[in-house]
Amino acid sequence: MKKNGIGTLVSRKKRGRTVSFLIVITSYIIMQAMMSTGNLSSLFSGLLVPLCCYIVAAIGLNLNVGISGELNLGQAGFMSVGAFTAVSVSGYLASAVPNPVIRLIISIIAGVIAAALFGIVIGVPVLKLEGDYLAIVTLAFGQIIKSIVTNMYLGFDENGFQFSFVDNKTKLAPGGKMLLNGPMGATGTERISTFTMGAVLIILSLFIVYNLIFSRSGRAIMAARDNRIAAESVGIEISKVKMLAFVISASLAGAAGALYGLNYSTLVPAKFDFNTSILILVYVVLGGLGNMTGTIISTVILVLLPELLRSMQDYRMLIYAVVLIAIMLLTNNETVITKMKMIQKRFSSKTPGDRAAG
Amino acid sequence: MDFLSYLINGLGLGSVYAIIALGYTMVYGIAKMLNFAHGDVIMIGAYVAFFALNSFGLPLPVAIILSIAVCTVLGVTVERLAYKPLRQASSLSVLITAIGVSYFLQNAAQLLWSSSTKVFPTIIPNGGISLGGLSISYLTLITIAVCIFVMICLTLFINRTRTGRAMRACSEDKGASTLMGINVNRIISITFAIGSGLAAIAAVLLCATYPSVYPTLGAMPGIKAFTAAVFGGIGSIPGAFLGGLLLGVIEIFAKAYISTQLSDAIVFAVLIIVLLIKPAGLLGRRIREKV
Repeated sequence: MKKNGIGTLVSRKKRGRTVSFLIVITSYIIMQAMMSTGNLSSLFSGLLVPLCCYIVAAIGLNLNVGISGELNLGQAGFMSVGAFTAVSVSGYLASAVPNPVIRLIISIIAGVIAAALFGIVIGVPVLKLEGDYLAIVTLAFGQIIKSIVTNMYLGFDENGFQFSFVDNKTKLAPGGKMLLNGPMGATGTERISTFTMGAVLIILSLFIVYNLIFSRSGRAIMAARDNRIAAESVGIEISKVKMLAFVISASLAGAAGALYGLNYSTLVPAKFDFNTSILILVYVVLGGLGNMTGTIISTVILVLLPELLRSMQDYRMLIYAVVLIAIMLLTNNETVITKMKMIQKRFSSKTPGDRAAG
Repeated sequence: MDFLSYLINGLGLGSVYAIIALGYTMVYGIAKMLNFAHGDVIMIGAYVAFFALNSFGLPLPVAIILSIAVCTVLGVTVERLAYKPLRQASSLSVLITAIGVSYFLQNAAQLLWSSSTKVFPTIIPNGGISLGGLSISYLTLITIAVCIFVMICLTLFINRTRTGRAMRACSEDKGASTLMGINVNRIISITFAIGSGLAAIAAVLLCATYPSVYPTLGAMPGIKAFTAAVFGGIGSIPGAFLGGLLLGVIEIFAKAYISTQLSDAIVFAVLIIVLLIKPAGLLGRRIREKV
């Protein structure tokens, strides 16, 4: 294979795609094997589903921040929409659809649709703005979604749904069930999320995002990111392509939220606050903007890091903060960058085919 | 009468937001970074003032000066250690570093002083003056007065002094400022010093209004003040002042007339509407991109 120009770039990126799929599938098989042989601690196996959720949400956010180039500080808002929709749907269908796997799939699809609708509604005003202003508006929407979910009361009985806002005015007949309970969120949810579904969602989201990146629309999205004016001048509809990335990102967050919500018996709206949005953004930036393999690896490391540091007890979050700052300082340090490039060069000159990138 | 008293309470709360927003907006104007750790500087300022008053029994002015001094040193140190090496880095890297600093300060405070809430002593006597049926608490009056004083001092400093002129030059064009013999690093340090000093003042006022001190104290006022800064046009000092006051008034009105639970949602909804009509904030300048 001749290595030059744009062909190399594309082939390297496509290799990155193969690598990321391989990583996910291999780790899934290893985890399953460890679980079935009982080699996995309960703490660790309890982390698997949330880990998958964070990975899916981070892949979605990376599409928005890395590929589309718009800083989004409200990803947790879309997770919240997905989660509470899925929890309500699952609660409502509990008797109608007894099979947990089918119910899980229906609930996740409902969560995705709800999050996508929110993405469209929010995307219209948000994508008119640029840069830091866009970021602050996504932050504002995240806060608004949290406020709204915190004040929603939804229940159903034999007469149908009852909904009220701010104050709980629902009067359910005996046998009725509250789906959303204001600040208390959803309680008594049947835990139907599985690690397998998490792995499937990761692979699906990788598939969607990679297909988008390598398509005509994906190239248009990246062109709009790199030079808005130049892209516009060659006939790319900026708002349309940005919207595409934004809504797909929101839908992936919705799927992640749905899986997350159905993994716990209680879920409070405050769970999906500004800090959660920031946490996911940290995964994306540390993994590398636009780099999906990097996002997966950094999410795994950063979700597990506080758990691995458990022996340090009180100091673990402090160390986490120091690690975060140190990584940012090191990756932006001139000497470190030159050294890394030298190592990479030496490595690649020996084995030219083995450079994993993308 | 209710309307007027809500308005004045709103202006009181807004004054606190305005002082915090000034710190955000100055740092953004000059260093072009969103300093997410600003809210946590407020928290440190609150703890310093608390310990100075409660544990050491210092008089209030000394406690305030001590708090300002600690915050100023903290702000400059953080800038030197964490932000300065990233001058050339992408804005996202700086943002993540600021988030790291914010986590660090919150967790350090939790380790040092535990996560339990401490009750801030009453520093401004209760009661107030009444003007024809309208009563205004001393606290609100003092808060508004402090805010106006800070605003006047800052405007004079920026417009009348040599350093102030250098700051304006840096916010316009760092490269050209360097060529004119301005030490840009020094100016950025001074900006962080002033912003953090203001955070300490805001901390004392905030704790006088809501007398509880805890490690995540700065988070919500930080986000609100950041919103206020964007509201008024980030980078603009009168904008931060106006944005802060408006945000406070909107929040109090939303609480009084619509719903306490939804007040945050309403504040942010107003922000979104303002940004849609004026995409650079109320007093922000829109810079046209040239090809």
